[in-house]
Amino acid sequence: MSFVLRRLASAVPTLFIVVTISFFLMRFAPGGPFNLERPLPPQTMANLMRTYQLDQPLWRQYVTYIGNAVTGDFGPSYVYKDNTVAELIGKGLPYSMELGFYALLLALIGGVLMGTVAALRQNSALDFSVMSLATIGTTVPNFVVGPVLTLVFAISLSLLPAGGWGDGSLRFLILPMIALALPQLAVFARLTRGSMIEALHADHIRTARAYGLPGRVVVVTHAMRGALLPVVSYLAPCAAALLTGSAVVETIFTIPGVGRYFVLGAINRDYTLVMGTVILIAIFVIVFNLVVDILYGLLDPRVRHD
Amino acid sequence: MTDITAPPLQGTPKTRSRSLFQLALIRFRRNRAAMAGCVILLLIAMFSFLGPLFVPHTYDQVFPSYVTIPPSLEPRPDASKLQDAIEGVAARARVRLDSFAVEGQSFTATISADEPIDPRATRYFDRANEFRDTKVDSSRDNGRTLMLTGKVDRDYFVFGTDTNGRDLLVRVMLGGQISIAVGLLASLVSLGIGVLYGATSGYVGGRIDNVMMRLVEILYSLPFVFLVVVLVVFFGRSFILIFLVIGAVEWLDMARIVRGQTLALKRREFVGAAEALGLTDWQIIRRHIIPNTIGPVIVFVTVVVPKVILLESFLSFLGLGVQAPLTSWGALISEGANNIQSAPWLLIFPSIFFVTTLFSLNFVGDGLRDALDPKDR
Repeated sequence: MSFVLRRLASAVPTLFIVVTISFFLMRFAPGGPFNLERPLPPQTMANLMRTYQLDQPLWRQYVTYIGNAVTGDFGPSYVYKDNTVAELIGKGLPYSMELGFYALLLALIGGVLMGTVAALRQNSALDFSVMSLATIGTTVPNFVVGPVLTLVFAISLSLLPAGGWGDGSLRFLILPMIALALPQLAVFARLTRGSMIEALHADHIRTARAYGLPGRVVVVTHAMRGALLPVVSYLAPCAAALLTGSAVVETIFTIPGVGRYFVLGAINRDYTLVMGTVILIAIFVIVFNLVVDILYGLLDPRVRHD
Repeated sequence: MTDITAPPLQGTPKTRSRSLFQLALIRFRRNRAAMAGCVILLLIAMFSFLGPLFVPHTYDQVFPSYVTIPPSLEPRPDASKLQDAIEGVAARARVRLDSFAVEGQSFTATISADEPIDPRATRYFDRANEFRDTKVDSSRDNGRTLMLTGKVDRDYFVFGTDTNGRDLLVRVMLGGQISIAVGLLASLVSLGIGVLYGATSGYVGGRIDNVMMRLVEILYSLPFVFLVVVLVVFFGRSFILIFLVIGAVEWLDMARIVRGQTLALKRREFVGAAEALGLTDWQIIRRHIIPNTIGPVIVFVTVVVPKVILLESFLSFLGLGVQAPLTSWGALISEGANNIQSAPWLLIFPSIFFVTTLFSLNFVGDGLRDALDPKDR
């Protein structure tokens, strides 16, 4: 318990530094949220700047922002008027998280299964095909996979919808889910295969086999436990990335998630929106790292947090 | 005792000793996938950099009459279009068209009329967009029948054209040039920063090392895509700045690897000897530390190059890459993804080149790792 608290406490300065760097980087970029193609009259501009407190010195804006952010107020969006950043994220996050969750499940289960099968039949045709798929997954980016999936399954075969959320049924989620999961699935498969091969050669596995335990028991209860360690440690960055949405996949499949806000925000100089998404991503990363550290302790008795 | 006499000994054994580099090269050559990757990469590089010399079109040349036409090995305009065109011309010239044939870039036609035809009638042909340099080849029946020859402007669009009527073949070549150039240059930038930073941090050590590595950790914790997007927005979208930006964010792993190597090298005797000879820190880093880290660094560069190409394409896909009329594979793929329903070839061709390149780089990287990794020996 004290470990969890200590980790949470140490996350605060990290988060703080991330927020600070992002805040100032953003502000030093030329242009602003109201620099449109047709310049606004100076008076209007001045009024806008005053409304959003952009006319104040930068350090004061920073202090105000940090003060508000601590209480959960991330300010209004400059571009999506009438919406606060918290509202926008609140609206988009459920979509991104649902899609990300399914993609994570697919990547994790699929990757571990494929990796294990490949490791058990090392150097067979099955192993070879699994590893080829893994190579495809890591080398072909999802902005190629996504459109190609659309081309094949939505346009040529007309099996699945090409995009959108629809009524949220699984039909709409399958293609974006695959596009999102494939690179991660490849990583999981590679990790599992590598560590599984190592685990199967370990002494305790030989002992278990010598005792005459059935092969399934040996693999699932004894080898798997050790083999899953690298998978679990990769779970944190993977889950954080998948659950906070992907700008590319959400753009290709027109999903109203939170992933697009980040890129749109940066292009539109929507300072508060970008800051909001940065904080969101950072929190996800920190929380998942923590969860994984705890899981690690449960899986590997050699790791003790005290 | 035996009849067999030992062959006379030669002064030196025939086999020469091999350097570590030669050994690595031999191992690399034996790796078929890696060698195939090398060949394919070479072919794609030649296609991208030399290809434009063999295509008459330029990357920003717009063909208003050929917007979004599918790929085809046949030249445009095709025979039936030309037939229509020449019939129109004949009607305007008030002559009968007896025969018409197109071969390559030239055509022959036979026209006839009841009265002798004025040879200036060829001007009617030149006036049409499709034909030029029409000449009277021969005439029969006191000039009532003329044999004409002339040139036809026919263009080949092997990859089709994009929505602006630009030749996709040339655009894929240009995209390849930019993607490959960004990949190499950005990797060099990250190599430079990473090696210098890591070697300095590791060699100087102590508090400076601590501060420098803490900085790297902080940069690691920044959402990475965010950094790139903000830097690109900040620096603008010119070609040079894009690879500088990508290089500037990709050096973190390199710095860590080099630092680890340096920490190990620092304790070796030759560094102590150099110190005893009175070399400065900078001289030792430059002459003794950096050259010795080169093996793992090369291996890591092969990982960075595809990563950088991917990142550049990702930026281009989001519309943050090089600006039109320049293009890169990522930008082309993005364009293709937007027109996937009406013009799938816009997606297919750039994707094939992009994916093939990434695959080859992957195999070459694996091959290099196997060849250079001392653990494997």
